[in-house]
Amino acid sequence: MTTTLGSPSVTAILFFVLFVVVTLVITYWAAKRTRTTSEFFAAGGTVSARQNGLALAGDYMSAASFLGIAGLVALSGFDGLIYSVGWLVGWPVVTFLIAEPLRNLGKYTFADIVAYRLKQVPVRIAAAVGTLTVVAFYLIAQMVGAGNLIKMMFGIPFEGAVVIVGLVMLAYVLFGGMIATTWVQIIKAVLLLLGATLLALLVLAKFEMSPLRLFAAARAQYGDAVLAPGKLIAKPFDAVSLGIALMFGTAGLPHILMRFYTVPDARAARKSVFLATGLIGYFYLVTFILGFGASVLVGRAGISALDKGGNMAAPLLAEVVGGRVFLGFISAVAFATILAVVAGLTLSGAAALSHDLWVHAIKRGHADERDQLKVARLASLFLGLIAIALGILFKGQNVAYMVGLAFAIAASANFPALILSMVWRRFTTSGAVVSMLTGAGSALVLIFLSPTVQVEILHRASAPFPLKNPALITVPLAFLAGVVTSLAARERSAEEQFAEAERRMHVGAGAAAQISGHAAPASSQPARDLS
Amino acid sequence: MTEQQKQALEALSSRRWLVAALLTGAMVAAYFGFILLVAFGKPLMGRLLGEGLSLGILLGAIVIVLAPTLTGIYVYWANRHYDSELRSILGPKGQP
Repeated sequence: MTTTLGSPSVTAILFFVLFVVVTLVITYWAAKRTRTTSEFFAAGGTVSARQNGLALAGDYMSAASFLGIAGLVALSGFDGLIYSVGWLVGWPVVTFLIAEPLRNLGKYTFADIVAYRLKQVPVRIAAAVGTLTVVAFYLIAQMVGAGNLIKMMFGIPFEGAVVIVGLVMLAYVLFGGMIATTWVQIIKAVLLLLGATLLALLVLAKFEMSPLRLFAAARAQYGDAVLAPGKLIAKPFDAVSLGIALMFGTAGLPHILMRFYTVPDARAARKSVFLATGLIGYFYLVTFILGFGASVLVGRAGISALDKGGNMAAPLLAEVVGGRVFLGFISAVAFATILAVVAGLTLSGAAALSHDLWVHAIKRGHADERDQLKVARLASLFLGLIAIALGILFKGQNVAYMVGLAFAIAASANFPALILSMVWRRFTTSGAVVSMLTGAGSALVLIFLSPTVQVEILHRASAPFPLKNPALITVPLAFLAGVVTSLAARERSAEEQFAEAERRMHVGAGAAAQISGHAAPASSQPARDLS
Repeated sequence: MTEQQKQALEALSSRRWLVAALLTGAMVAAYFGFILLVAFGKPLMGRLLGEGLSLGILLGAIVIVLAPTLTGIYVYWANRHYDSELRSILGPKGQP
């Protein structure tokens, strides 16, 4: 088939410029409202449940899930569903176990929870290592993906695309902080949901509005195999290991966890994550239809001719059913998608650098408010430049595995320590540090020894470690390391503070201070009115 | 905070953790049930239920719908029961 994809399209550029202009105007507005560290990292706690629900969805629905899953479904049918399901099921876990205690006990990072009744310095350093590793791998995957996509869609050179993404994202984060980032994510979520819905409706219109007729058409064209599990899961244990990484990784992703601090209270956190789960679930069902639509209406040969991974399935489909204008719109949405995710990642990395490392590990919790904001902005600038450099450095590399790796590290380094610190009285400082470092370290080492790196990247004949994703080993290992180390030596002060931490996890900082009769500590400033 | 309030809060807290653990268990069971069927029961998952529907696609769609459903059950429970009990423990002054 013939496509205009890859040649600079006027409509795509117009839509994209419009998006950038609107979001930069919002950033200007947000910059005037970003005067404190709390406003910079948590939008002052003034984001409503509904806004945060959309922003969470916007933070999570990356280009990998939109273009990647649609492509996977288009090229191999059923297998794409395995990823869709996996990327969604982490959200209920976040709702049940994480969202409310996190909101009530913390300020900007998940280390606030782990370190609450433990020794600040070692826990903060270990948590920052975990956070920054996750952020780095996620950023590389997003930046390289951005470069490739934009090159394919707009015809801009790879390096130019990476620099544009990096600079626009930096403008959001540096000047508008969390307020601007939240609005970028909200706008992106609305555009992506609208675009995907419209595309799915245009596809279904050709099949009497019935997904089953669409699936039947795909089956008629490509055989029964499209509706059955295929090559993605060759070995059963690979499936289980990937499943663990996806399910518990979401609950350890720093940029997702950080969003719970932007709402006023635990009730709003709970509502926002419910909305996000619904939106993301809906989005994955729609993506499934897009994938099948592309395989029937565009054809597998045409899709893989343009990109072996199938990433262009959704844009090609948009051109077939909606013409060049619609292709331009979908291309601009994909670009916007990357910008929003990268901004959220950078902000969470900056929080680890400035709040965990600088304020708590270096300044021992006594940092001047103006200095804090300055360091937060410097950390964002630093990470933004690193993101651009990493994007260019990894040009041409296969980075698809890095998102899976980021989930594996998040599930092994962050999730076990977070859960243990909330539910287990005997959890100690050494237990937390050992659990986080064991989780991060073992995940990194086993990924390096896995077939993903050894066979697919380094082209060796075999790999010393059999699993593609290490989570099956590393998540239990991190739990075990935390438990054994904690049992080895008691920490009385941590045990004594457990009851107080537990109460605060449920009633929140403001109410906890009210009942215990003294003023709220600095970490519980009431949300400031932005207007 | 009185001793009585502390005890009531502790009881409510363990009830919340119990509800959270049960719902997490349900999600884990549904998801890993699906994954294990995909991994070990490929022919079963490929069995056709109609012209364009296989058992695997149906189950996958069910797990996707189950995720927001379980989340909704939790939010309903927390809004209806947890919040009001928290308010009654804390008294009129304490905010939920």
